[in-house]
Amino acid sequence: MTWAATRRVVGPPFIAVALAMLVASLILVISGADAWAAFQNVLEYGTRLETLVEASNRAIPLYLSGIAFGIAMRMNLFQIGVEGQYILAAFFAAWVGAGVGTLFPPLHVAIILVTAMAAGAFWAGLAGFMKVTRNVHEVISTIMLNAIAVSGVVAYLLSRWKIESATLDTRLGDIAPSGWFPSLNPILELATREIKRVELSGFILIAALVGLVYYLFINRTRVGYDMRATGANPWAAEAGGVPPKRTIILAMLLSGAVAGLVGMADLLSDQYFYSLRFPRGLGFTGIAVALLGRNHALGVAFAAFAFGWLERASGILEVRGDAPREIVTIMTGVIILFAVIAYALAQRRARAEAAAAAAAQVTTGEGHGRGVP
Amino acid sequence: MKTAVRLQGITKRFPGVIANDNVNLTVEEGEIHAICGENGAGKSTLMKILYGMQPPDEGQIKVLGEQMDFSSPKEAIESGIGMVHQHFMLADNLSVLENVILGAEPSSGPVIDFATARTRLQELGEAYGLELDPDDPVETLEVGERQRIEIIKILYRGARILILDEPTAVLVPQEVEELFRNMRDLKAEGHTLIFIDHKLDEVLEIADTITVLRQGRSVATVKPEDVTAHDLAELMVGAELPTPEAREKTEKDQVVIEVENLSAEDEEGVTRLRNVAFQVRSGEIVGIAGVEGNGQLELVEAILGIAHVTSGAIRLHDQDISDWPVRRRREAGLGYIPEDRHRRGLLLPAPVWENGILGHQTSKRFTKGIWIDEQSSVKFADEVIERFDVRTPGPRTPVHALSGGNQQKLVVGRELATDCNPLIAAHPTRGIDVGSQAAVWEELRRARAAGLAVLLISADLHELLGLSDLLLVMLRGEIVARLDPTDVTLRELGAYMTGAAA
Repeated sequence: MTWAATRRVVGPPFIAVALAMLVASLILVISGADAWAAFQNVLEYGTRLETLVEASNRAIPLYLSGIAFGIAMRMNLFQIGVEGQYILAAFFAAWVGAGVGTLFPPLHVAIILVTAMAAGAFWAGLAGFMKVTRNVHEVISTIMLNAIAVSGVVAYLLSRWKIESATLDTRLGDIAPSGWFPSLNPILELATREIKRVELSGFILIAALVGLVYYLFINRTRVGYDMRATGANPWAAEAGGVPPKRTIILAMLLSGAVAGLVGMADLLSDQYFYSLRFPRGLGFTGIAVALLGRNHALGVAFAAFAFGWLERASGILEVRGDAPREIVTIMTGVIILFAVIAYALAQRRARAEAAAAAAAQVTTGEGHGRGVP
Repeated sequence: MKTAVRLQGITKRFPGVIANDNVNLTVEEGEIHAICGENGAGKSTLMKILYGMQPPDEGQIKVLGEQMDFSSPKEAIESGIGMVHQHFMLADNLSVLENVILGAEPSSGPVIDFATARTRLQELGEAYGLELDPDDPVETLEVGERQRIEIIKILYRGARILILDEPTAVLVPQEVEELFRNMRDLKAEGHTLIFIDHKLDEVLEIADTITVLRQGRSVATVKPEDVTAHDLAELMVGAELPTPEAREKTEKDQVVIEVENLSAEDEEGVTRLRNVAFQVRSGEIVGIAGVEGNGQLELVEAILGIAHVTSGAIRLHDQDISDWPVRRRREAGLGYIPEDRHRRGLLLPAPVWENGILGHQTSKRFTKGIWIDEQSSVKFADEVIERFDVRTPGPRTPVHALSGGNQQKLVVGRELATDCNPLIAAHPTRGIDVGSQAAVWEELRRARAAGLAVLLISADLHELLGLSDLLLVMLRGEIVARLDPTDVTLRELGAYMTGAAA
């Protein structure tokens, strides 16, 4: 990639974050808080190793959620059903994981992950199936399926399958330790220092693997090419032999399978059972993460970490009484807004530059072509 | 009689093209004035200028003797001009009445005065014999009825001068008669009608005056009683006949593609192709002549496998491929140059090399197992760029940066460079300059000599006559003539194309 191209990809999110900080400071000043002190506190607290570990743990599900959304987005499918898919997947994975008792650890983990991916893929696949057979728009079907999954299937089955618990929590049984994902603290501590209270989830490796596979699949494989072609121009892709229906189904299945993994870091590294308190909203935040990261494997990683970090580091604002932590919600919104604008501007400029380069080619007649005889 | 519209010296340039070159047009009040010309002759541009959609670079517009300087259609509407576009602009889920008043709702206070609107609609319908039930939802109506709504819509806004852009293109013959009846009624009420058409039999039937455009210039204004369809065809394409090529036959016995009894529908379920049958042999170029919109697109898409075929069979290398998906057909060697490169041919945001393999992405040449072989694909793009003179900074430039002509060369080049057989070529030299055009023709001849079977669809009659071994003429979805291109005059061809020689 040339320097100009790199700048165009990396520049916009940085500009967006800088502008968002400016807006946040303005709001802090208007509300009478000391913006400078607030930022200093956030920065100081946010650079602690423990906060960074927490931010990374938060970033794992957001990353997977962003990638799940991004896969479908590469085909211009606006798959907003990640929310329902990961909750449904986490529920079934937790149920199966608890139900099988204690197993050989890799096998136990594999069974749980495969269950989660299958459940997510199935739920997303339903939306794909409705689109290709009945032409139901995926936004409509995935919204409906979200409601059916969360308030319908999961709520009903949870009430049927819940166990008696001392805390009066509505929950499923515990997953035996053989199904837990190991902490990476021992490895991290080798390079740094002793980490207190928090554990870096080993699931970060799975997330990285998913990112790598996503990148290679979309950009390098033939099927990935078919998907990108359909996203760029479905009519040309069809004429080029891409089977439209099969490709839509495939994209939804893959997206759903990744969505199924979203809840796994929390399930296998933190909670170890499914309950009403299982984290919600990761699917929707993933849309913003994918947007900020431009559906690019690395971009989404940065965006996920940025979101995770803002969420964790801002906790200090309330502790110190500098400002309400809602200021971070405002900042996230502003970041997304500015990122969208900055990307649009960068893209327009890139197009103009490319067109100018091609036009120069035509007028001078230099380069690859033969020139008009 | 007063002059309704006078256009003087209208010139409109687009990058690399002059769409209108010093065009003059005079339309008298109360007449039906036809504008004829080939595709790309500048008819639509001229009408867009008159309707205020595009400003002219040079020239004057006078409406009813007054100098006009429209900057938007709104201003044209205010001075009494209305336009019915080829593609209707109706809200399907609203009723006829709601569509007619959409954007010009009569109101009493904050509510829409439907009673007044209904009365006016009825008056208009009765005055011009444009009968429509105001409460019918538009989605239930036939194409002809939808067109009537469009006409009423502009009458409702007070239009006295009506522009109809190829109104008969979407209609079946009975609907055309109905439309002509409406047009005569409108004329009797004193309206002025300007309509674009290139079916000469229709033009001669309905028009009072005919202006012919050729390559952006107005070449003649004639009265229908003074000319024949042959004369008009000659005016449209230019008088000079292409020099017949001294060519040897390269055709072999082996049939590469055979179409039998083929019928197909468009998306609206209208039959666009009726019982078409022909063969293309190895080393043979079969040309399809015909005014655009007479089933050529459906024929091409049926062979490709994306049209809705209702009956008939397609055989490729002696195999019945009627049930095959597009990919299998492409893998069996079917090459395809689409008539609209932006819609069916290119991934605009993607780089040149990715576009180079589109349609061939399953070929062994461009893949390694499950992976796209980027190195070999880029090499192929370089080959196409070199051989077909595609002006691009490089194979990694996004295609949207290329000019239209260079995009076309890429689309043509990737098919000819991948040794497809047969090749379905729809307007292969559309939008490219004369030098490149000759190069593409040369490539086609060379491929033909090497045994390529080509089905050539073109609006360029010189191209068709110069390249084809056999010429088929399509009219209203049927093949109406099989001609020997070495033994046919442009006059005769024009007559077949427009239905004048029945």
